[in-house]
Amino acid sequence: MLKALVIDPGKCTGCKQCEMACSYENELEFNVSKSRIRVFDFHEQGKMVPYTCTQCAEAWCQQACPVNAITTDAASGVKIVHENLCVGCKVCTIACPFGTINYNASTGKVIKCDLCQGSPACAEACPTAAITYQDVEQAGFDKMKMWAAKSGAASESHGANAPVAKH
Amino acid sequence: MGWTGKILRINLTNRTVKSEPTNKDWALKYLGQRGLATKYLVEEVDAKVDPLGPDNKLIMATGPLTGTAASTGGRYSVITKGPLTNAIACSNSGGYFGAEMKFAGWDMVIMEGKASSPVYVTIFDDKAEIHDAKDIWGTSIWHADEWIKKRHQDPMIHVAGIGIAGEKLVLYSAVVNDLHRAAGRSGVGAVMGSKNLKAVAVRGTGGVKVRDGKAFLAATAAGKKVLQGNGVTGAGLPTYGTQVLMNVINEAGAMPTRNSRDVQFEGAHDISAEAMATPRKTDGKPNLLTNQACFGCTIACGRISKIDETHFTIKNKPEYWKASGGLEYEAAWALGSNTGVKDLDALTYVNFICNEQALDPISFGATVSAAMELYEIGVLTKEMTGGIELKFGSAEALVKCVELTGKGEGFGKELGLGSARLTAKYGHPELSMASKGQEFPAYDGRGIQGIGLAYATSNRGGCHLRGYTISSEIFGIPEKTDPLTTVGKPALVKAFQDATAAVDSSGVCVFTTFAWTLNDIAPQLDAAIEGGWTADKLVELGERIWNMERQFNNRAGFTAKDDSLPPRFLKEAAKTGPATGKVSGLETMLPEYYALRGWTKDGVPTNETVSRLGL
Repeated sequence: MLKALVIDPGKCTGCKQCEMACSYENELEFNVSKSRIRVFDFHEQGKMVPYTCTQCAEAWCQQACPVNAITTDAASGVKIVHENLCVGCKVCTIACPFGTINYNASTGKVIKCDLCQGSPACAEACPTAAITYQDVEQAGFDKMKMWAAKSGAASESHGANAPVAKH
Repeated sequence: MGWTGKILRINLTNRTVKSEPTNKDWALKYLGQRGLATKYLVEEVDAKVDPLGPDNKLIMATGPLTGTAASTGGRYSVITKGPLTNAIACSNSGGYFGAEMKFAGWDMVIMEGKASSPVYVTIFDDKAEIHDAKDIWGTSIWHADEWIKKRHQDPMIHVAGIGIAGEKLVLYSAVVNDLHRAAGRSGVGAVMGSKNLKAVAVRGTGGVKVRDGKAFLAATAAGKKVLQGNGVTGAGLPTYGTQVLMNVINEAGAMPTRNSRDVQFEGAHDISAEAMATPRKTDGKPNLLTNQACFGCTIACGRISKIDETHFTIKNKPEYWKASGGLEYEAAWALGSNTGVKDLDALTYVNFICNEQALDPISFGATVSAAMELYEIGVLTKEMTGGIELKFGSAEALVKCVELTGKGEGFGKELGLGSARLTAKYGHPELSMASKGQEFPAYDGRGIQGIGLAYATSNRGGCHLRGYTISSEIFGIPEKTDPLTTVGKPALVKAFQDATAAVDSSGVCVFTTFAWTLNDIAPQLDAAIEGGWTADKLVELGERIWNMERQFNNRAGFTAKDDSLPPRFLKEAAKTGPATGKVSGLETMLPEYYALRGWTKDGVPTNETVSRLGL
């Protein structure tokens, strides 16, 4: 089963516990500027949105890398940066359409989410379940269910199958 | 580890910046934030200093847990001598600024002297610079915040600074960071303004390390679990914010109303948390958009609100059609029940302006309410207010007042004095609902006896956050006490004051203490830093800090006479609710409080107390 991070911005409070967990996992210190997941605050709309790499099946970063420093883990589908091979050319940061692979000036290499070898620290740390780690093929089910419920409610009141009122 | 070990000293007179090591001995003895910065202040500043003179200093300080994964670990405090009170001032704020300061590598930033012309300071990691602020002087902090981020081409910068109110030395102006988080009380913003300092902008790319990572992750995870499982921090605060209190305190008959003439507000429900979440009749949308957390906070009590675009306050002002920081309980009370105004969107707008121009809404609202009483008794007239019909209950008057005070213009200059100076100026000092010159917050000392003693003895003037006995007297945390009795309250107040001083020195938020005791905080601190931190050691730390602050105030000229409440609380009984017929029993409680503190009957720590605490 392939799993993915599923993000529900509606539940995010902007606490950045995910960023701290990510940086601690990868850097052994609390340093949000080195986090692979970032929370953006769209203040005027009152929305906080976490965002990170979605592990593209055909990853642009990987295809752009001139030294093959980015490989795919067969079991998890994760795109992994091999630091020993990365030359810090940053071409992958240009190629990625989502901006989720970034240069780390203190090491001269790029960093991106690698799903923490199968147990993402961000999902673990999120206090509101805005970030969860789920079966990738069922990632949309919660949303489908929500819309199904609305659709069901609508058909009950207006639809052809609405029960006939009893007296 | 925990501490960065570095302090940034900025001299605005000489325009110099200097890095120095954090005094390790003091850090082990005073922890951080409130405790450590106060130690620096009392060592470096004469207690008799003019708060708005160049010899006063302004310290921005983080705690050891600031910038870590400890829940609510994003706090910083502004420590200085306060111009509203002439006492020690220590105002605590959340948002993201404090953590960013830590990531930039600093335990504290000490501002000294006075710039010859307006400046702002940037601190980008270890590089600090002083810049000309002529382009943002005379503008709001909302404008300055945006301008600085654009000017330095970095949206990740976090800014703390003052609005026009602070520039004009409004005595209860605040330092606002991240647009709507405030080091709100005692006029710390005016001190910044007096130094010609508009704002401090920080950006950090470094990390915070802890002493024992494994123990730290375990201790902080345990702490988060406690918060999540608690009814107040796990459900009440995230859902309703601090506004969860509005109906509860009103029913307890402890809601100061119309300058504390009444103790219950007939409009409380209209300005409550429930009202904020209910769709408006006018546009079908609720005032409250969502809750928001400060850095690291797993409670997330912050309110994000949006005003109806057709409301009279903003219908021709699209710049206020966006979402921003909504009403917390203290603001809803000060701006609302205390002025008799029950128009929720009007209060939200006034709160927006308090944030935009960096005003403390508690002291502002309480000053307006004192002025409304002066107006009612005919001491202030329409000619004197510049045409404002300053009547209790008038949203229009309140709105006009905040617009003028935020800019320090017209009648706003008078309001900017605070209630103590304003009422004294017009010959009615008894109408100021303040202690040591600072206005009380949203709990009446007749209906909740312990909080009256906490106000009278608060080192920074009238305040609920130096010893929040409401937890015990209303919520039963950690154990229920009867709000109407004075029995046992001196010990309760002392315990809350000491524990809070420790919490305020650690980098976490005092709201955690609805669920946490020092037994929950000590293991988090101990895993982060050296020093062997236990709950007992934190209690002792808190008592040491409290006495250090007290000694500063005594040196500044405060005596036992200043541990007082206005005559209204001592002589005019509550008219309705459970406290009907009650006045504050301050005079009964105070001698016992002094004895418990180890102070003389004149309120001075005895030599024995001073040496016991290692002061």
